[in-house]
Amino acid sequence: MKKSSKKNGLKQFKRNLPLHIMLLPAVALVLIFAYIPMYGLVIAFQNFNAAKGIFSNQKWIGFGNFTYIFTLPSIWNVFRNTLIIAVLKIIFGTLAAIATALLLNECSVKTVKKSVQTMVYFPHFISWIILAGVFTDILSPTDGVVNSFLGLFGVKPIYFLGDNRYFRGTLVITDIWKSFGYSSIVYLATITGIDPSLYEAAAIDGAGRWKQMWHITLPGMSTIIILLTILSMGNVLNAGFDQVFNLYSAAVYDTGDIIDTMVYRLGLQGAKFGPSTAVGLLKSIISLILISSAYLIAWKKFDYKVF
Amino acid sequence: MARRKREDDGFGSSRQIKSPAAKVFNVVNIIFLLILGLICLYPFWYEICISFSSNAAVNAKRVYFYPVEFSMEAFKYVLERRPFWKSLGYTVLRVCLTLPISMVVMCLAAYPLSKNNLVFRARTFYVWFFFLTMLFNGGMIPTYLLVTGLGLKNTIWALVLPTTVNVFNMLLLLSFFRNVPDGLEDAARIDGAGHFRTLFQIFVPISKPVLATVALFTLVNNWNAWFDGMIYMQSDKYPLQTYLRTIIFNFDFQSLTLEERVRLAQMNQKSLKAAQMVIGAIPILMVYPFLQKYFVSGITLGSVKG
Repeated sequence: MKKSSKKNGLKQFKRNLPLHIMLLPAVALVLIFAYIPMYGLVIAFQNFNAAKGIFSNQKWIGFGNFTYIFTLPSIWNVFRNTLIIAVLKIIFGTLAAIATALLLNECSVKTVKKSVQTMVYFPHFISWIILAGVFTDILSPTDGVVNSFLGLFGVKPIYFLGDNRYFRGTLVITDIWKSFGYSSIVYLATITGIDPSLYEAAAIDGAGRWKQMWHITLPGMSTIIILLTILSMGNVLNAGFDQVFNLYSAAVYDTGDIIDTMVYRLGLQGAKFGPSTAVGLLKSIISLILISSAYLIAWKKFDYKVF
Repeated sequence: MARRKREDDGFGSSRQIKSPAAKVFNVVNIIFLLILGLICLYPFWYEICISFSSNAAVNAKRVYFYPVEFSMEAFKYVLERRPFWKSLGYTVLRVCLTLPISMVVMCLAAYPLSKNNLVFRARTFYVWFFFLTMLFNGGMIPTYLLVTGLGLKNTIWALVLPTTVNVFNMLLLLSFFRNVPDGLEDAARIDGAGHFRTLFQIFVPISKPVLATVALFTLVNNWNAWFDGMIYMQSDKYPLQTYLRTIIFNFDFQSLTLEERVRLAQMNQKSLKAAQMVIGAIPILMVYPFLQKYFVSGITLGSVKG
C-alpha cells in the first residue's frame, strides 16, 4: 500500500516535471535573495567580521549585540518615532483616501472627475529622490513657496524639514500628498461595485445624497475599509525609509530617526554589522508577528487569501 | 433631455433630482476636487517653471506660476555633463535587463501556481515558499552582505538579480492566469501542446492587460530605484536616481573640474537641480498615460490580493 502511493507520487512528479522546471528560476532567485538573507540574520548573534564574509565561521557572542543596542541612548526614541510616524500615516492616509473616493464618486461632471483622477494619482509614481528635491525647494524657510504663502498671513518662516516641532507632521503630510490619490483607487472601485438599485430604493424612500452616502455608500465600503486597515497593521514598523532618508538631517533625529535609517547608519555607514542586524532582526520578528496576525484575521473573518 | 440622461453615471435619474443645496454641494465639490488636483501637480509645475527661468528671475524670487525670462541654460548645462548621461545609461541598462528577465521568470512561475492543487500537488509547498517571503525578510544588512559576498558589488547584476522576482507582481499574473478558461487549455492539450507552449501560445497572448500592468510597474520601480545603486555601486556607476540624489543634496563637487566649478558658480543651483529633476521624471510622464490605463485594474486586484 505504502509502496504504491510512493510510486504514485513519483509518477505524478514525473508528469508534472515541466511545472517544476518552470518554477525553478523563480525559486532559485528567491532562495538566494530572500532566504539566504533570512539565514544571514544570525549575524545578530555574532561578532561579525566583514573581511571573512557571510558564509564563513564567525565568532558567536550570544546576545551581546542586543545588550549593546539597548545601551544606545537613541534606541527607544527610534522605535517610538517609527511607531508614531507609521501609525499617523496609516490613520490619516486611510481617511484621506476614503474621503477622496467619496468626493470623486459624488462628482457629477465626468470630465472633471477624470482629470482630477489623473492629477491625484500622479505623485505616486515619482521617486522620493525627486520629491525630496521638490520639497526641500518649496518648504525652504528662505525662499520656499509655502513659507511665502504663509507669510501673506503674517506667519513667520517655518523650517519644516529642520525643526523638531514640525518634522513628523511634514513627513505625514507629504506622504499623504504622495499616496492619497493612488490609495483612493481601491475605495472608488468598491463604491462603483455597490448595487445601484440600493440607491434607487433609498431615493424613493426620500433619502437625500448625504443620507445615501451615510447609509449605503459607507456601509458598502466597510468590509474593504476594515480589511485594508487590518492588513496595514503589518506596516506599523515601516515608517517609510525612502522618504525619511531623503528628507531628514541630524537636526531632526530626535523626532525623525526611524528603525530603517538607524540600521543604515549603524550598519552600512558605521560598519557595525552585528548590532545593526540585531536591530533589523527585532524589526523583522515584530513585523512577522504583526503581518501573520493581520493575514490570519483577514483570512478567518473575511475569507481573504493571498494566493 | 435624453442627452442629459445618458450622462448620468449609472445611478439612475431618480438620484439626479436637484435641490438648491445639492447644486451648491456639486459646485463646491468640483472646486474642492480641482484644488486637490492642483495641489498634487503644482510642486512639479513649480520645478518646471524654475528650470526654464533665468538666473536673475530665480534669484529675485519672481518665479511662482510660470517661467520668467524663459531660458534653457540649466538644461544645456545638464545635458553637457558626462556623468549625467552615464548614469542615465546605467538606468536604461538595468531596465533593459530586468524587464525581460523578470517578465519571463515571473510568467514561468505564475503559470504552475495558477494550477489547481489537485492537478499540481506540490503547489501548496511552492505557495508557502513564496508566501513566507512576504511575512519575513532578512532586511538591509544581510542582503547587502550577501550581494557583496556573491561578488556582485559594482556590477549591474547587483541591481538586476535581487529585484527580479517580485512576489506581488507574480500574484497579479497568477490571479489573471487563474481566470483563463479551462476549455482553452484543454484544447491546447488535445492539440499536443506541452506546458511551455500552452503558457507562451495561449496564456501570454490573452493576458496582455496584466502583462502590461506588471511590465509598467517593473519599469517604474526600476526607474525610481536609488538605494541599491547607492550601496552597491561606486559613484562613477551610479544609476540616474542615485546620481540625482548626489546633485540634489550637493554631494557632487569633487567630481567637477575647475572649469565646471566656475561655470557652476555662475549658474543658479536651484534651476540646475530643477532641470535635472524634470529630466529625471520625463520617462514617468511619458509612460503615465499607459500606466493609468492599466494600473487601476492592477491596484484593485492587488490590494484585495496582497
